[in-house]
Amino acid sequence: MLLRETGLTLLSISLAFGVGCIILWAGGYSIPAVFANLWKGAFGNKISIGQTLTQATPIIFTSLSFLIAFRCGLFNIGAEGQMYMGAMTAAVVGIYLKLPGVLHVLVCLLAAGAAGAAWGWIPGYLKAKRGVNEFVTTMMLSSVAIYFTDLLVAPRMFLHDTRYGSNQTVRVLQTAVLPKLLRPTQVTWAIVVGGGVVLLVWYYLFRTRSGYELRAVGQSPSAAEYGGISVKRKIVLAMCMAGFVAGLAGAGEVLGTHTRFISGFSPGYGWDGIAGGLIARAHPVGVLFSAFLMGALRAGSMQVQRSGAAPGDIASVLQGLVIFFVIAPTLIRRLIRWRRR
Amino acid sequence: MPEYAVEMRGIVKRFPGVVANDGIDFALERGEIHGLLGENGAGKTVLMSVLYGLYYPDEGEIVINGTPHRHYRPARAIGLGIGMVHQHFMLVPRLTVAENIMLGQEPTKRGVLLDRDAAIRKIEAFSQQYGLPIDPRARVNQLPVGEQQRVEIIKALYRGADTLILDEPTAVLTEQEAESLGEALQRLKAENKSTILITHKLREAIGMCDRITVLRKGRVVGTVHAKETNERELAEMMVGRDVVFTVHRSERTGECETALTAEGITACDDRGLEILKGIDLELRRHEVLGIAGVQGNGQAELAEVLSGLRPTTGGRISLGEMDLSGRNARAFIDAGIAHIPSDRHLRGLVMTFSLRENAILGRQQEKAFSPSPFWQRQGAITRFTREIIDAFGVKTPSAGTLAQNLSGGNQQRLIIGREVTKNPCVIIAAQPTRGLDVGGIEYVREQLLKMRDQGAAVLLISMDLDEVLTVSDRIAVIYDGRIVATRDPDTVDRRDLGELMLTGSLSGTPQPGEAT
Repeated sequence: MLLRETGLTLLSISLAFGVGCIILWAGGYSIPAVFANLWKGAFGNKISIGQTLTQATPIIFTSLSFLIAFRCGLFNIGAEGQMYMGAMTAAVVGIYLKLPGVLHVLVCLLAAGAAGAAWGWIPGYLKAKRGVNEFVTTMMLSSVAIYFTDLLVAPRMFLHDTRYGSNQTVRVLQTAVLPKLLRPTQVTWAIVVGGGVVLLVWYYLFRTRSGYELRAVGQSPSAAEYGGISVKRKIVLAMCMAGFVAGLAGAGEVLGTHTRFISGFSPGYGWDGIAGGLIARAHPVGVLFSAFLMGALRAGSMQVQRSGAAPGDIASVLQGLVIFFVIAPTLIRRLIRWRRR
Repeated sequence: MPEYAVEMRGIVKRFPGVVANDGIDFALERGEIHGLLGENGAGKTVLMSVLYGLYYPDEGEIVINGTPHRHYRPARAIGLGIGMVHQHFMLVPRLTVAENIMLGQEPTKRGVLLDRDAAIRKIEAFSQQYGLPIDPRARVNQLPVGEQQRVEIIKALYRGADTLILDEPTAVLTEQEAESLGEALQRLKAENKSTILITHKLREAIGMCDRITVLRKGRVVGTVHAKETNERELAEMMVGRDVVFTVHRSERTGECETALTAEGITACDDRGLEILKGIDLELRRHEVLGIAGVQGNGQAELAEVLSGLRPTTGGRISLGEMDLSGRNARAFIDAGIAHIPSDRHLRGLVMTFSLRENAILGRQQEKAFSPSPFWQRQGAITRFTREIIDAFGVKTPSAGTLAQNLSGGNQQRLIIGREVTKNPCVIIAAQPTRGLDVGGIEYVREQLLKMRDQGAAVLLISMDLDEVLTVSDRIAVIYDGRIVATRDPDTVDRRDLGELMLTGSLSGTPQPGEAT
């Protein structure tokens, strides 16, 4: 079962790269040069592996965020916004609160999670109480969060770092920083936190009653209702938890990579989480792999861009193709079943 | 010209675990209105779906206008002059009547431009000819249901149908609309069109049809002329009189104290229409109460109301001293009310969950399985699942197998095992044997009787009258959302019962509910 799933995923990835080759060939780019640079950028040396891991870190969180909601039958495509709310909160707590070392980090993480959870609660509540499509609300609230946080760090706003022209906060206190893990790379302790959260999410989903109920709602709301589970409460809970984990992604970036909140810091980690969650087939442990793949594509594509072998957008093309081929078998199976009826 | 518009010979259609059509012969004369009568599950709709090409028959052939056919799709059926009006209309609500009717066969000007006027003219001509008044320019979502049905009929005629299949056409109509439908069918008959009317309403079959074919359990019971029959005879044909005792119901033991009481329960169906119109029931310990009735009279909703899955709009449900009105499923479960739902795929099981996970559905909060929301005893759950598998004979490779990979009978065994081991004081069993083979049916019935012997109050809701008569200690007849009579299964006259189920009263002197 697990072997088959893994095999299918690997097959999808190979197919994606195959089709990617055709696109490169049609675009007149050198296929070997592109792949050589993709490899070099992602795994070429210590620095590039570090780059892959750095890019993968927030995607671990956002993939988990997507997956938690997905397991409850919801599409949380607003991890991006929840991440921004978490990032801003982590920055504020990291700058203004004075606490001893490790404790400060923990408080920042929890506060960031809470902010993300609050941002996830809104669509969850609207879905449960009014049946509003969470697809639309999470996406729209993402825009709200991205531009709201930008506003807070704009010139003349109170969080703006006046020493620089760009829209960002001052550095967080040293006590709130998630230290670098593998110097000289950018990898921080956030990746360890990510690994821990993967285990927690796995434990929650598959080893607790609450997680069991959440999955039941996702698989069959009618059966869950029959089992005495409040579907509405679970929906709200799932969205809050999804938001919480996405908020941690933002905290990891602020406390680790950047040590401050920078407006528009994310190149789309939230959206990558959708891909990461789907490629992992909604399994928390699979996220370690899918986030790594996403990170590698991101890191590799930077090198592709620098080398001039092809535009860096090729990574997005490959990413899209991977998702397409991962979802396609399910789609095809479903179509066959539907046709037989 | 051949005598018959349609002749179906020896049609057999099997579905997993059930033979829906078991060698059916059916002949439709040209220009007749032919009623197809039977209880739900008798095989009417399946037979007509075979005729319309929605299902391929496993055996048998279909002769249309003298030409034999075997396998064809609906598109071909339309070409052969067969039109079907489904119970749920297949119309695009936001388009006009004319646009709906011409959809798929749009008349064009110079090959590309849509010729609305031509379509409207043609539709008006049809509407005149067959006496089906309709405004082709009206939008469908602004029309009452009766007119929408007319649109469907005209649509079929527009596509050249000689034979019309109407699936429960009056189910959605008011009295007057039904009358005008009857008139329209007479006009069609005058134009030498043939009509098949699927129904389970006796009065309507006799009033509207020329001949009536009665199906029962996938077989033809007989074909009669409407003028030469009466409701009582038809009812008897529909419900049959052969009682096959597959389980032996022992004498009741123990006190029959009241367990669950329902007083004046009202509730709405999924469309928001009132379907339960004041149900009074009393479930007693050591007793099986069977609900007899034709499907659609509120049985499904009753089961949901009595297990907390459907909100009531009025009335009171109480278990001993405890008032359960307005409470949710959790409260009903905690009160000791077990529920074997009629739809095991939708309600009873999470199909993509393993047997382990399904074994605790509804019981996940029990201390033995989960002392806190964040702690589940995996070992205890596995052991419990194995116990159910052994004790209830669930055939499965392992406890980790997905529920969807089990046969219907084994799925039901799992559900029953789960519910019965709760030691419930009340069991609501809704269609517990549907879709099972003989062995499975017998097993389920035995289990219900065993629970009753152990002191549970069992409510058995079943479309199978034989089952209700065999298993129940007391029978309540449901009709149009009300309990219209209570009878003793050992002394009741089966024809009386059939008439009560189908008409809600007896044609003789009205008798108040007696014989408990």
